Amino acid sequence: MLTPVSVTLQELNLITLAPMLIAVIGGLMIITIDLIKDNLHKSFYVMMTLLILFIDFGATLGLTLNDRGFFDVLFVDGIAIISQFLILVASMLFIPLALTSKRFHEFSYPEFFALFLFMIAGFQFMVATDNLILIFVGLETASLALYVLIAMHNRSNSYEAAVKYFTMGALAAGFFAMGSALIYATTGSIELYAVQEILGNRLDETGLMIAILGGSVLLLIAFAFKLSLFPFHTWAPDVYEGASAPLAGYMSIVPKVAAFVVALRIFGMYIELGIEPVRIIVLVLAVFTMTLANIMALVQEDVKRMLAYSSISHAGFVMAALALGTTKGNASIFLYYALFMFTNLGAFAMLWISRHKKRAYHQRFDHPYEKFAGLIKIMPMGAVVMALFMLSLAGVPPFSVFWGKLYVMSSAVDAGYVWLAILMGLNSAIAAYYYLKLIVYMFLKEPTGNVNVVYYNLSRPLMVMIGIAVLATVASVFFAQPLLSYITYMVSASGF
Amino acid sequence: MDNILSILIFFPAIAGLLGFIVHKQSARAYGISVAAIEFLLSLWLWISFDSTNGAMQFVELIPIIPDFGINYYVGVDGISLFLVVLTTLMTLIGIVSMSIKSEVKNMVVTLLFLEMTMVGVFVALDVIVFYLFWELSLVPMLYIIGAWGGPLRVYASIKFFLYTFAGSLIMLVGILFMAYEYHSEMQVWSFALTDWYQMGWFGLDKQLWLFGAFFIGFAIKVPMFPFHTWLPYAHGQAPTIGSVILAAVLLKMGTYGFVRFSLPLFPDASVMMIMPIAILSLIMIIYTAMVAYAQEDIKQVIAYSSISHMGIIMLGIFAMNSHGISGAIFQMIAHGIVSGALFMLVGMIYDRRHTKLMSEFGGLASVMPKFALIFGVMLMASVGLPLTIGFVGEFLVLLGFYKISPIITILAGTSIIVGAVYMLSLYKKTFFGPITNDANKSLKDLDSRETWSLIPLVIIVAWLGIYPKPVLGPIDTSVSAMLEFMEEKASMQNTKDMILTTQQAKEGN
Repeated sequence: MLTPVSVTLQELNLITLAPMLIAVIGGLMIITIDLIKDNLHKSFYVMMTLLILFIDFGATLGLTLNDRGFFDVLFVDGIAIISQFLILVASMLFIPLALTSKRFHEFSYPEFFALFLFMIAGFQFMVATDNLILIFVGLETASLALYVLIAMHNRSNSYEAAVKYFTMGALAAGFFAMGSALIYATTGSIELYAVQEILGNRLDETGLMIAILGGSVLLLIAFAFKLSLFPFHTWAPDVYEGASAPLAGYMSIVPKVAAFVVALRIFGMYIELGIEPVRIIVLVLAVFTMTLANIMALVQEDVKRMLAYSSISHAGFVMAALALGTTKGNASIFLYYALFMFTNLGAFAMLWISRHKKRAYHQRFDHPYEKFAGLIKIMPMGAVVMALFMLSLAGVPPFSVFWGKLYVMSSAVDAGYVWLAILMGLNSAIAAYYYLKLIVYMFLKEPTGNVNVVYYNLSRPLMVMIGIAVLATVASVFFAQPLLSYITYMVSASGF
Repeated sequence: MDNILSILIFFPAIAGLLGFIVHKQSARAYGISVAAIEFLLSLWLWISFDSTNGAMQFVELIPIIPDFGINYYVGVDGISLFLVVLTTLMTLIGIVSMSIKSEVKNMVVTLLFLEMTMVGVFVALDVIVFYLFWELSLVPMLYIIGAWGGPLRVYASIKFFLYTFAGSLIMLVGILFMAYEYHSEMQVWSFALTDWYQMGWFGLDKQLWLFGAFFIGFAIKVPMFPFHTWLPYAHGQAPTIGSVILAAVLLKMGTYGFVRFSLPLFPDASVMMIMPIAILSLIMIIYTAMVAYAQEDIKQVIAYSSISHMGIIMLGIFAMNSHGISGAIFQMIAHGIVSGALFMLVGMIYDRRHTKLMSEFGGLASVMPKFALIFGVMLMASVGLPLTIGFVGEFLVLLGFYKISPIITILAGTSIIVGAVYMLSLYKKTFFGPITNDANKSLKDLDSRETWSLIPLVIIVAWLGIYPKPVLGPIDTSVSAMLEFMEEKASMQNTKDMILTTQQAKEGN
């Protein structure tokens, strides 16, 4: 006779669920408000979203380290907490970018903001669990919302981008499901901590290795799609180009941070178990990603596409840190993204500011290099800020990305991969060329003239957001220490 | 004022930031005033410097990222003191003599930022802080060459940036590996150079690899022979002020790096690499001197002669005795002043005629006597005529390297002859004979601004050529301290034998 399961509220430990719940309820609230009173201005929704994100942030602050909840499905370890912070901060930087001086279609719909909050809840689910099914649910929630957000930009190439991303995402979801199934078949569990235990005991069994490797390769393909690693990166530049500039910047950070957390849980597990082929595959993918994306970025004619390829290259850089399997390497992933976030979002925001409704400079591209020619003479401040972001991305000290690069390279050297550190150095040198190319256009060329203003969309909120990004980029040397010690503490506390 | 070094570093930077507000018309005066204050501050540093002490002075230490061992750590010794003074002097004189008409304000602000990074490189004692200023110095120079340069300026500036950037990233890997070695031995992270000096030695092969990593970073900057191709482009396209700073100070960063990092950190590897580096230096000295002779452009002649002189400096550094190294450091100062002055002179004639080709000139001595006189003095100093500043360094270097290899020393000594050949033929083609080109007949001689920016340099050339002791003394004290330390630290007997401290040199004589 089956006994009814009795669960007390205490056991559920709902506090672990609070951050996601706040985002979901906030999203529903925005839709409800729209039911009651329509035609509210976008600034209302932006501020509502911002406030909900603040509460979400507060709830994340209140989480206790290494806590489990909701039938032990949710797992709040150090990397879950840091990544939720990163996701929330990036979202808070992103959402005010909707307040442009010109009207853009998507931001007048409350659905945009509701979907945005659902997406954040999805990402939060994804990072705060070690259950493969919940990871899948979180990933799909977030991705589906993101597809719609891209398509809402209401241009033909936005639809193209959304459909492209959707089909690629569906394929990745398939790979993820098959990989999880294979893990379940070999271990009988979908909880990663249990999987690790069982695999650890059964590693010597003959024939099992093929199944383990098969599962890991399928999962790796799924995440290579999500992290846009070579050779599964081809969708990324088109999708970034089709999406609005701030959303493209957002996509180069938040989904990747979430995917890196999961990758760290899954592949970190394989690497810790001593399954060397997985490490080698990850390393090879990482090296190819950073090198080839860099070379592709060299020949781009559009700044946004260049930044898309550069984001791919940065992801490869960080992926290499994951393969090291050391605490320092894992901590450097988060340090890198925490510092990269401000610079990259800032750079995309600068493109957003210069976005015209119609393509005024080039038939094919929104942001060809020529558009920025002689910017120093037209908009000196804008040119200096953009140059700052480019130098930071190139890894020139003392700007923020340099500290991330330094730490990633240092962890590679510590783990005995000096060749990897040298490759990273050479890649940074290649990357410097295309970042410099934009600086050369802005500072050393004459303006092309005829088209009136480059800074078309500038508004006060955008200036504030860019100001924050500049401040974080320039003053990174002062907060690198607390950031580093906090991240290292959190990562080592959760055993990575 | 114990924190004078921080003031020296950050004063130009803050002045640069404030310079954005200064009105365009006053920008030049502002630049001159700031550079003059900075120069006076550096003189104050020299006066309060204790020249009997070979160790680091005016040390400051503020933690930046203590978890990773990165501190704001600066200090100055006899080796870096004069490079700091040279930096502030050449920046001041560069701004005074600057003939740029367009966007003077941007140029002044850029120069002030550049000054910060240059001073920072010479006084940094934390390797990451050093690296920070080292990389940062590329950005203003990129802008100076790219914005005010000749027709190929964009190509030249990008080549300059990428070449140096790539080299220093390899050096960064070396730095990180060194820090890792330090961490595995001491269990704490530290990037402080003085901590690294104290570190016991690990295997020779690691030392050689690390030497190689640092070598690539520094050699590109110097520039050593196979890596020198960026320099003629940079000089050829840069505006006068850019060439002056580049030749006088930026190149010295590379040779300074060898003295500050390569020798004391890797004594065994350095001694092992004496011969390969001596041969590269020799190629630099003789080959580029010959290339200089083949040039038709006055500026290119001086650019190639710069490379040739940097070869002499490299040779002196790897002489591993106090004559050689002190001579090399003195030669850095001498070359800074002389090549800076020569580039300024070329700039002055270029402003008048908008050409730098020797074939366009001839007989200038009769229309521009002052110009010809000062050019002649600087040329003699560049060739290394006794009683000029160029002689002291070159002589000491050759004297020092004689103990290593007489043959190489003799070959390197021919550089003085080849140098005299190309320099005098340049002088002959440009200044002597009848005026063949009518455009030269109406040339004006130097005006008072140009004259007064050159006279201090002429005075220094003569003063330090006759009485080099005030500069050579502190340099020698610090170099002797460094050599003793290197000998103590070296792990192989062979190395100890090669490194001659001052004490032994005296006994030997």
